Order: sequence, then C-alpha cells, then structure tokens
Amino acid sequence: MNIALVIIFIVLVLAILLGIQAKKGKDMNLEQWSVGGRGFGTIFVFLLMAGEIYTTFTFLGGSGWAYGKGGPTYYIISYSAVAYIMSYFLLPRIWKYAKKHNLLSQSDFFVQKYNSPYLGVFVSLIGIVGMVPYFITQLKGLGLIVSQASYGSISPTFAIWIGAIAVTIYVMVSGIHGSAWTAVVKDILILAVVLFLGIYLPIHYYGGLGSMFEAIHAKDANFLALPATGQSPSWFISTVLLTAFGFYMWPHTFGSTYTAKNANTFRRNAIIMPLYSLVLLFVFFVGFAAILQVPGLTGSDTDLALLKISIATFDPWVIGIIGSAGVLTALVPGSLILMSSATLLSKNIFKVIKPTATNKQIEKIAKYMVPVVALVTVYYTINGGETIVALLLMGYSLVTQLFPALLFSLMKNNFVTKYGAFAGMATGVATVAYVTIANKSVGSLLPFLPQVIKDLNVGIVALIVNLFFLVIVSILTRSISVSKQTAVHLEK
Amino acid sequence: MNAVKLLALVPIIGIFVGAIFFNRVTPIVLGMPFLLFWLVMCTVLSSPIMWIVFKFDPNRKEDELL
Repeated sequence: MNIALVIIFIVLVLAILLGIQAKKGKDMNLEQWSVGGRGFGTIFVFLLMAGEIYTTFTFLGGSGWAYGKGGPTYYIISYSAVAYIMSYFLLPRIWKYAKKHNLLSQSDFFVQKYNSPYLGVFVSLIGIVGMVPYFITQLKGLGLIVSQASYGSISPTFAIWIGAIAVTIYVMVSGIHGSAWTAVVKDILILAVVLFLGIYLPIHYYGGLGSMFEAIHAKDANFLALPATGQSPSWFISTVLLTAFGFYMWPHTFGSTYTAKNANTFRRNAIIMPLYSLVLLFVFFVGFAAILQVPGLTGSDTDLALLKISIATFDPWVIGIIGSAGVLTALVPGSLILMSSATLLSKNIFKVIKPTATNKQIEKIAKYMVPVVALVTVYYTINGGETIVALLLMGYSLVTQLFPALLFSLMKNNFVTKYGAFAGMATGVATVAYVTIANKSVGSLLPFLPQVIKDLNVGIVALIVNLFFLVIVSILTRSISVSKQTAVHLEK
Repeated sequence: MNAVKLLALVPIIGIFVGAIFFNRVTPIVLGMPFLLFWLVMCTVLSSPIMWIVFKFDPNRKEDELL
C-alpha cells in the first residue's frame, strides 16, 4: 500500500460519507431523489452542469488528444463555448415547462410535449443506450487512474468494482443530493490539480508556455493547427456544432437542469461557464507538455499521457491527489447517469407497461434499478470488446438525434407531430448505427463530393436524415393529429 | 426577439471564422498557438457578451420573481 493509494482511498471514503449525509432531513421521494425537489441554487446547478465538462473523458481524453492529435483538440473548448451560449436560450424554456408540468426526466418532457407515452419509451431507450457506454468510459478511466496511481499494485478491475459500489451506495441513499455534494469536492480538487499541472509542467520542462509550443512547432510544423484534410476546418466546424447540439441532450444533463430553483440560474451560468470551461486549456497544456517528455504513447495509450508525465515528475503523494481528482471526475457523472437511467427505466418504461403502478412502487423500482444498471455497466466495462468501442462512439450521436424534436417543441407553433418526432428519431438513430458499425465517413458514403464536404462530421448526415423524415412524416400525419395538437396548444 | 440577443452570435461566428481563416500556429500569442489563442479569445468574449444579453433580457425580471 503506497501513499498515493492511501490518499485515493481517503478521498473516496470522504466522498461516500459526504454523499450519504446529503440525505439528512429529507424525505426521499422521487422528486427529491431525482431532481432535488427543484430547490438547487446557482452554485449546485453550476457544479452539476460543470460536472459534465470535467469528466474522466476530458481529464484523460483531453490531455490524450492534445498529446496525440494536437490542433483538433481545440474543438473541445469551442463546443462548450457554443453550448453555453445556446443554453442561455434553451434551458430557461425547458426548465419552465418542466416545472409547470412537474416533470422528472428527459423523457417526461417529450411525453408531455408530444402527448405520447410511447414516444417517452423510445426516448428513454435511446438515452439509456447512449448513457451506459458513457458510464463505461468513466469507469474505464477510473480503473486506469487507480492502477497507474498504485504503480500497478491494484488492478483496473478491482478499482472499477470499488468505484461502482461507492457510487451505487450514495446514489441509492441520497440521489442527486449526493451527486451535488460530491461535485463540490470534485470541482475544488480538479481545479487545483489541473491548474497546478497545466502551469507547472510547461514551466518546469520548457521554461514557459510559449517556449513549449515553439519546441513542439519546431518538431512538427502543422501539429498545432488543423490539418488540411481529415480533421480539417470543415470537420472542426461541423463537430463543434453537432457536439453543442448534443451537449444538453444527455438524459442526465437534461434532467439535472430540473434541479434549479429559478430560470435565471441558467442565464447566469451561461455568463460564468465559458470562463470556467477554460480550465480545460490547462488539461491540454499537460498533454502538450507530455509530447516531448514521455514520447512513444500511441493508440489508446495516449490517454495515459497525463498520468505518465505526472508519475515521471512528482512524488507519490502528489500522484495520490491527482488520482483522487481523477476518481471523483468519474463518480459524479457516473452517479447522475445511474440515477437518470434508473428513473427512465422505472418512470418512463415500467410505468407505461404497467400503468396501475403506484408512485411508491415507481420510487422503489427506481432505487432498485440503480445496482442493476451499475452491475450491467461493470460487466461491460470489464468484458466489453470491440462492440463497446463502437457503442461509445455512437453514444453522443445517438442522443443528438433528440435535438430536432426538442427544438421544434419549444417553438410557439410546433408543426411536428408525434409521428414525425418518432420517425425523425428512428431514422436518425438507424443512420448513426449504420454509419458507426460500418465505419463510414461522409467521404466514403459520397466519394464524388469536394474534400470540404467529405471532411464534415458524419453525424451531420444522420441529423439531415432525421430532419427530412421529421418534416415529411409531420406533414403527412398533420390531419390525424391536428385536432389533438390544438387541444394541447390551448392547454399550454 | 430583441436585437441585443443577436450579439450572442458574435462568438459563435468568431469561432467558425477562426477555424477557416486563422488556422495557423504562428504568431504565438500569450504563449499559445494563434488558432488556440483566437478560440480562447472568442470563449472569453462570450462571457461579457452574455452578460449584456442578460442585462437587456425582458424575461429577466419576471423570472426572478418565480
């Protein structure tokens, strides 16, 4: 047992205790459990939302991309900036509607807007299929961090089990209150760690940021800009747009907006978030610093860049603190995912199949679903092969398919019918699945087009297919649902 | 739709324009490759811009009371 591990375990135990105490004095009904009784102020909402950008993916993946890909990494700060600007206009409307109709999950929103519980079941399934792989990446990251920080003495599998058990316990007890409290510790730790590493490493190894980039530039003149083909400017722009559209479409992110007390919370967040998101820059700096210091990492090993350079530079106790921050970045989004999937399974799927179920039963089932989802995720994290990689790539594109139907539903005169919404999502999701599994790009689908279009993110194709069917089917089914639609509009 | 809200498009357009026209490493500004510097500047700028949009938002006051 080295000092790094001791520190990681102390932080983990503290996080669990903090998560459990968050329940204190609250009657944990489903509304408290999944959306915190809609009573969270700016800071908690801020931290839950910020949890979304500081996940293990950004911690390890962000530095890994900087190390392995260079310039294209910049898309990460750009899409979050675009997403926050969108959030200013999007989230207050979503929140108000959710509050008015007492919604608890993302699927509830679609059920209410399109007046169709079955659309809710479909949206839930898309969400769960998207979220579970996301949780798998978090757990994989957690396993990597602990095994690296223990200098190999603890296996990733063991670490994954411990992490999954910890998060299951506090989610079952405290729901989203637990996530909010661990998010506080997580953000303080991650801020300290990332700022320290991102400032210290370039100075320590290169004498400063500018000279670090000059050294990298001298070695490879194009590495720090976007390449002319492949991840080119047109890839960059289309990816920034697509990812920004998908940003709030994750069921757990969408659902955590319901926790706010006030619509202005989101407007204030949109002002502060862009600055806060710049902390990601320092994650990139760590990855860039590693290029010339720990060379030779390729493929998925580039994700180790941050840990490898840290281990090469610091004493074990510093590694312990870095490791703890890394572990918490997996637990917070992990806990939100567990809770959202459990709520979706219980409220939006089980309840539709068995409409006679009482609220108490739904509440119970939601909580019992937490360990079930956790076990399934751990199983796939440990045993998943190639198919998981495909699923991971799909997750973001899958949830992005919910965006068109959501956007239209916020407009005053929504022409989209529930059939149109369903058709759009279904064809979009099918396109995503085909394109990912067959490993297609715009270039391979339409080889006769100019390079600028070939480089577009292939997710654009799915979104266009989605929109096409959404519009056509809505027009065709307009007469069937026009009477219902007006009824719904009057209700609003 | 009040016109001030259109300001929100400025950083987004800035990001896209940057990717196309400032896709270059040099000059290094504030220690960063030029494209990265430009994108960071757009992000930083979005904060005061959204603050202005907020100040002139007709929905701000009524939502405060909810």
